[in-house]
Amino acid sequence: MARILLNVPKQVRRGEAIEIKLLLSHPMETGQRRDETGTIVPRNIIREVTCTYGGAEVVRLDLFPAISANPFLHVAARAEASGDVVLTWTDDAGLTGMETAAVEVV
Amino acid sequence: MNRRRFILTGGLLVAAPWLPARATPDAVAEAIHAVTGGVPLQPGRVRLDLPAMVENGNAVGMTVGMDDPAASVRSLHVFADGNPLPNVLHATFGPAAFRPQLATRIRLANNQTVHAVAILPDGTCWTASVDLVVTLAACLE
Repeated sequence: MARILLNVPKQVRRGEAIEIKLLLSHPMETGQRRDETGTIVPRNIIREVTCTYGGAEVVRLDLFPAISANPFLHVAARAEASGDVVLTWTDDAGLTGMETAAVEVV
Repeated sequence: MNRRRFILTGGLLVAAPWLPARATPDAVAEAIHAVTGGVPLQPGRVRLDLPAMVENGNAVGMTVGMDDPAASVRSLHVFADGNPLPNVLHATFGPAAFRPQLATRIRLANNQTVHAVAILPDGTCWTASVDLVVTLAACLE
């Protein structure tokens, strides 16, 4: 997992939306492709992504090979109190990742 | 599943006008049935934004969601009937969601119809679909 970009606003007014944008660097290998020797490249996709804000769940995603390589995700959380936006994900190879960003609610 | 529900579901699947003659409409119908449990689909309420003309099927920007507040949707599901596998994504929204909407980028292998299904807490299922033309298919070979 080379590169992770998590973009959230630093400050949000109470009750407004926290726009959360995530870009992961991942091949999202579909398991349908063959290499030059004709053997199928084994599937390796991020199959689960969860997003929480202040400990409460924003969204939980099950992904399939139809998601593009270097997956991008844009969701929104409701700003209630200052807290951390936490994103976690798991891929077929068993690799898990986590990224956190703090949001201040004014 | 009782007899009434069985007949209702079967009738809907046969009569469903959005099922085109493609390679995997049965697979999509099966995948939708797996998430809805056979509850009839009603068109409307859920929004699916995709371009009608796709130049590059490897990364197609997609927005799927509902206008209602977040509490009013249990889950959102997206299916593609021209891809090798019908499922695209399943999303469940929690209490901290601002709106039941998400944007991502998907792969599309062919000219096809993409379906979105929203399941509400009251058990009703709503659907929207987009027909699109793909110039450069997502590379599968």
